[in-house]
Amino acid sequence: MTPLQIGRRKLLGGIAAGTGGLLLAGCDRIVANPSVNAALRGADPLHYRSQRLISGSHALAQEFAASDMSPVFRENGNTMPEAATYQAHAAGGFADWALVVDGLVARPLSLTMAQIATLPARTQITRHDCVEGWSAIGKWSGPQLATILRQAGVSSRARYIVFHCADNFGPAQYYESIDMIDAFHPQTILALRMNDAPLSVGHGAPLRLRVERQLGYKQAKYIMRVEARESLAGLYGGKGGYWEDAAGYQWYAGI
Amino acid sequence: METAEHDLPAANAFSEPEPLGPGSLVRRHRLSTRLWHWTNALTIAVMLMSGLMIFNAHPRLYWGKFGANFDPAWLEIGAHGDSGYLRIGSLEIPTTGVLGTWHNGAGKFVHLAFPGWATIPTSYSLADARVWHLAFAWVLAGALALYMAWSLANRHFQGDLRITAREAAPRNIWHDITEHARLRFPTGIAALRYNILQKLSYCAVLFGLLPLVILTGLTMSPNLNAGLSLLLELFGGRQSARSLHFIAASGLFAFFLVHIAMVVLAGPINEMRSIITGKYRLPGKREEPS
Repeated sequence: MTPLQIGRRKLLGGIAAGTGGLLLAGCDRIVANPSVNAALRGADPLHYRSQRLISGSHALAQEFAASDMSPVFRENGNTMPEAATYQAHAAGGFADWALVVDGLVARPLSLTMAQIATLPARTQITRHDCVEGWSAIGKWSGPQLATILRQAGVSSRARYIVFHCADNFGPAQYYESIDMIDAFHPQTILALRMNDAPLSVGHGAPLRLRVERQLGYKQAKYIMRVEARESLAGLYGGKGGYWEDAAGYQWYAGI
Repeated sequence: METAEHDLPAANAFSEPEPLGPGSLVRRHRLSTRLWHWTNALTIAVMLMSGLMIFNAHPRLYWGKFGANFDPAWLEIGAHGDSGYLRIGSLEIPTTGVLGTWHNGAGKFVHLAFPGWATIPTSYSLADARVWHLAFAWVLAGALALYMAWSLANRHFQGDLRITAREAAPRNIWHDITEHARLRFPTGIAALRYNILQKLSYCAVLFGLLPLVILTGLTMSPNLNAGLSLLLELFGGRQSARSLHFIAASGLFAFFLVHIAMVVLAGPINEMRSIITGKYRLPGKREEPS
């Protein structure tokens, strides 16, 4: 091999490595650019509308047989709220827990667990899909959210139902929100039982939202208050949910 | 090998009156093919890299309707302490430095499945990776649909990708495999036609891997599961669809590697010119060993 050949090879290798490095650095700068990120988020309404177009308002999530259930349903997110008031309720078996229903409603409610337990319950064996990628199949039972919203006389001005929760991540309270289509969907329930037992603290006792056509972070646990709203602006971080505010997860989590 | 001009697919008809032979500059790739090629090259890169970041959030794959940490995974990327590994079935391969554990640009030791240089974004963000992946999914599916419609209309598929019985004969396929293994590629006019290995791999990507990766992607959407429950049945459940999505994406990456190797071996400058400008110089006779 002549020195010239070695030189050329080194040069070519250098050019290749340099181009690769520049490309990576350039890509990184593009990916980190906030306006690029904002432009890509411009596709969110397209995701939402096409999802609604294909699946409609009433299509049901798949329901499974008891034999399909996960042997172990993993707990995720907060598994024990820090608040002393919550822990006192837990110690007392949630006997004094009250669910507040307010906002754009004709008749604000405060329902005790005993009252909620008398409402007609829907039982469904469904799949829980975490945004991370895993899935677990479990059995949930509780009143349909629609029953409670009708009882409270939710206003036609309401566009979102917000769930205020008892758990928090540091200073940020957990909350979630869904639109009226999912709020009135027949499989949207406030579960007070899971796998034929009272809901455990790890899974969100005493009340957990099941909104079966969306990902796990929408399934708010430890629900204290259900609020009907016209807009999500001005509420906590303004993006409609804890993970939406804290880490930029999409508000519509049907994908 | 001599090929009569009328044997050429209609798509490769050209206007030069003089006989074509080695060295002639001819029209090779249509505008539709070139536009789609580059749109798709960028899109696949974004989809693969953002997909690896999404995988990082839960680097385990399962078969069936459900699958989480307590369930058996058929593939897993993880770490024992600081030693990274890739496990497929019961086979565990040490991958420290590349998969499972690796050093980032700042020299910091990171415990994540895929390294920062291979992912979008570079540092862990499932939320941003999803924003990229779901936005570019529209480009992937939209461009593929347009290209397919355009290529049926201009008869690119019928003329250039149709596999004849003679081509599909095992002897012909074996002949092409041995020619490729010896790095003896067609010369002259014969180089204008896709050989059987090219046709098979392009068809596998166009009509196999790309539709599979799109459909299995859709099957991971809980809302589409409600509207298109047939897809769940077809793929055997959401976790099976997720596994098949990863396998199809790996297939696309394998195609990319072979594709690049072939471009380099066949003459990178001529090949790049033809996929950018459409013009291609017919390769001359190779030097035969005496």
